[in-house]
Amino acid sequence: MTAIPVPLDHVFVLAATLFLIGFTGVLVRRNVIFLLMSLEIMLNACGLAFVAAGAHWGAPDGQVMYMLVLSLAAAEAALALGLILQMERRFRHLDIDAISELKG
Amino acid sequence: MSAPLQLLAWVPALPLIGFLILVVTEGRLGKLPVALVGVGSVGGAALLALLVSLRFVQSEQDVYVQTLWQWLAVDGFGPTIRLYFDGLAMVMVGVITGVGFLIHLYATGYMAEEEGYSRFFAYMNLFVFAMLMLVLGDNLLVLYLGWEGVGLCSYLLIGFFHTDPANGYAARKAFVVTRIGDTAMIFGLFLLVRELGSLDIQTVLHSAHASWPEGSSINTLIALLLLGGAVGKSAQLPLQTWLPDAMAGPTPVSALIHAATMVTAGVYLIARLNDIFLLSPAAHLVVACVGLATLLIAAFSALAQTDLKRILAYSTISQIGYMFFALGVGAWSAAIFHLLTHAFFKALLFLCAGSVILALHHEQNVLRMGGLWRKLPIPFFCMLVGAAALAALPLTSGYYSKHAILLTSFDAESIGPWFWGVASVAAFITGLYSTRMIFLVFFGTQKTEPHDRSGWNMTLPLLVLAVLALGGGWFGLNAVAGVLPDGGVKHGEHAAWLAWATTLIPIAGVLLGCVLYGYRKTESATDAAPQPLRGESIAGFLRGGWGFDSLYDALLVKPFVALARLMKGDPVDSVFVATAAVARLLHKITATTQSGQLRWYAASMGIGLAVALLLAVLV
Amino acid sequence: MNPKPSTVNRKLLTDMELILFYIAATISLVSTSIVITNKNATHALIYLIVSLLAIAVIFYLLGAPFAAALEVVIYAGAIMVLFLFVVMMLDLGRDAIAREHRWLQPRSWIGPGILTFVLLLEMLYVIAGSPLQTSGIPVPPKAVGMQLFGPYVLAVELASVLLLAALVGAYHLGRRYMRARREEEPDQ
Repeated sequence: MTAIPVPLDHVFVLAATLFLIGFTGVLVRRNVIFLLMSLEIMLNACGLAFVAAGAHWGAPDGQVMYMLVLSLAAAEAALALGLILQMERRFRHLDIDAISELKG
Repeated sequence: MSAPLQLLAWVPALPLIGFLILVVTEGRLGKLPVALVGVGSVGGAALLALLVSLRFVQSEQDVYVQTLWQWLAVDGFGPTIRLYFDGLAMVMVGVITGVGFLIHLYATGYMAEEEGYSRFFAYMNLFVFAMLMLVLGDNLLVLYLGWEGVGLCSYLLIGFFHTDPANGYAARKAFVVTRIGDTAMIFGLFLLVRELGSLDIQTVLHSAHASWPEGSSINTLIALLLLGGAVGKSAQLPLQTWLPDAMAGPTPVSALIHAATMVTAGVYLIARLNDIFLLSPAAHLVVACVGLATLLIAAFSALAQTDLKRILAYSTISQIGYMFFALGVGAWSAAIFHLLTHAFFKALLFLCAGSVILALHHEQNVLRMGGLWRKLPIPFFCMLVGAAALAALPLTSGYYSKHAILLTSFDAESIGPWFWGVASVAAFITGLYSTRMIFLVFFGTQKTEPHDRSGWNMTLPLLVLAVLALGGGWFGLNAVAGVLPDGGVKHGEHAAWLAWATTLIPIAGVLLGCVLYGYRKTESATDAAPQPLRGESIAGFLRGGWGFDSLYDALLVKPFVALARLMKGDPVDSVFVATAAVARLLHKITATTQSGQLRWYAASMGIGLAVALLLAVLV
Repeated sequence: MNPKPSTVNRKLLTDMELILFYIAATISLVSTSIVITNKNATHALIYLIVSLLAIAVIFYLLGAPFAAALEVVIYAGAIMVLFLFVVMMLDLGRDAIAREHRWLQPRSWIGPGILTFVLLLEMLYVIAGSPLQTSGIPVPPKAVGMQLFGPYVLAVELASVLLLAALVGAYHLGRRYMRARREEEPDQ
């Protein structure tokens, strides 16, 4: 199995772009489901950056970090989906803007 | 030391014990025990004072000093509680306990139907104690203790009928106005401590002589400050306005505190500290001028009053003005002599007025009195005696003292004749208003039906005081001579015309009064106020005490109230309010960022990241 | 592993694989963009899975086969399927799509678009400062495992605690939801 020397900055550009696409999704979408998907995109972009950085030095640490990010994403998804179910039951909608009880 | 002289300490102690008993029992005692304690303590004090005085005169000492205990000791400043008994103190103690006892006795009758019988006698006993400490104290600090004590009692007793807010106002007014003088006085005491290091009266007098040249400015300043205290307490110009209002208190209070004793404390203070004033001719002259102005103004005001007690109040101011005047011209003995006789006849007048007022169911307006001499013969007779003494008719006590003052004033340097002239005009007015008072109250048509309710306990003090007011003059100046520097009362050295004129002027006033008021007996009750001076406005001006109240109101009270009203809004506080408002505004601004909108938070995080990155890139 | 590759072959292979990388990158970008613009949650999820698969390819090209496998199995497999379950459970129909249509007005893109663009410019500027190559050395799963249970064991423990907490939390939230559903159903 071989690996190719990909230009690191290109991977980073890809990761940054993905991250910002996810971020745009977070800002734009009002539906919590889409919001969560955007968050997953952002987390995945981070993982990509880690793996790419690890590949730069040929070190396993990048992948270790990726796995931690992965477990974080899994935990977050599980909890957030549970919350979405509760939200749907309680408010009968998934509009994140309508949930602003923590207003200052 | 002979044993009876040691009893001096018990003279002030007895009223204090009486006060404590009455206070501790909180009015649970019946009227008889209260009267026994209240009157008995003062009576006992009077008896002791008499014994001590007799012994003192026999022993032919100049002074008797009894040290009780050290009050406090602070680094070289250690006032002791020490009683100092000399001729001056003897006169004062005699007046306070003797006249005080008679007034207490009278009050048992006068106050019989009033609420707070026990409270009244508690205050009165406390007053007698404080006044005795004032005159017996060998130390100016002890004197000041008594000084404030009598001020407190005065406040409490003026506002004795506390259910009427007007009385409370009068009490506050008296308290506040005298406080002005007291503040001046305490500053004077501070200066004395700073300059001479002691408040012991004898030490002060000695070291004043040693330390200060005649007319030194610090001496004058201290003398003027002490004079301020005396002026406040004795209701002299310019702090005289509280005394007429102080008549809101029960009549025995007016007699004891606001005629016989407390208001003469200023006279006592100046007499006691005579050397301080002798060393400062300027301050000494000020004393004379204050007295002269006061006696004249108050005499005119007395002429226009319609309230019986206010007539007497203004006459008291006027008579104390005479005392200040006498002190100012150097007639120390005559001043104290006048203090003594004035205590007799003014207490008598007040008690008679009290009897009349009580008989008329608390009617105080002289215009609604009249024709009472048949119904109230004893008060009429006694008041006649008192008024005669007040007007200084020959053979009464007032004649001797006032005569001495007037004659001495003529000898004052360069302006003596002027002094004499003005004081004589006032003496003339005094005769006039005394006569007016007698005629309005006791002659003419009867307008209100009297009910004489005075028992022996009210009649006896009247008779005793009447005798004293008539015969008090026979004590003569000798009683108080030798204690004080004699400012040159040159008996018999005056020109005969002067003596005659001085004697005749009050008589002329009385005669004019008879002419003016004697023929008014047929006029109806609804007649307008009999005016010696034509013109309602002038009379109103005089009746209002020369407009001093409105003057002070405009000059001091109104600006002060305006300032207080301004301060009510807390202009200084608005700085802090503004701070709080700014903080709240900032809070509101930042709180709007806490919109609860998740996407907004995310966007703000993004903006923050953008700014941070921008900074990182640029810097 | 590849004892004597000819230089030409090696170069050709590398170029092809690079092209593969760019293709995968393009696919992931496009499908991700569709995810955030799509109105249908199910479709969006499918596109997200596509994107994740493309990134798995990139992982493989970067010499991280284990990460690529995890990406496919856990991300595209487990997490996305979980999403799909929930989306289906929520029963988002035409109404939901219409609502999304209503919510996604063009002007709501303006602010986030500008912000993202600025951030993108800044990130590009930062990244452009260091044009480096990746090493091309593959990192075998064994090495990753050695690291994970060597120096990073504490992080692993933390991650496991996090997952446990998420498990308990998800169970708790989901149980109440299911119970509420059961109580409501007899009424309907």
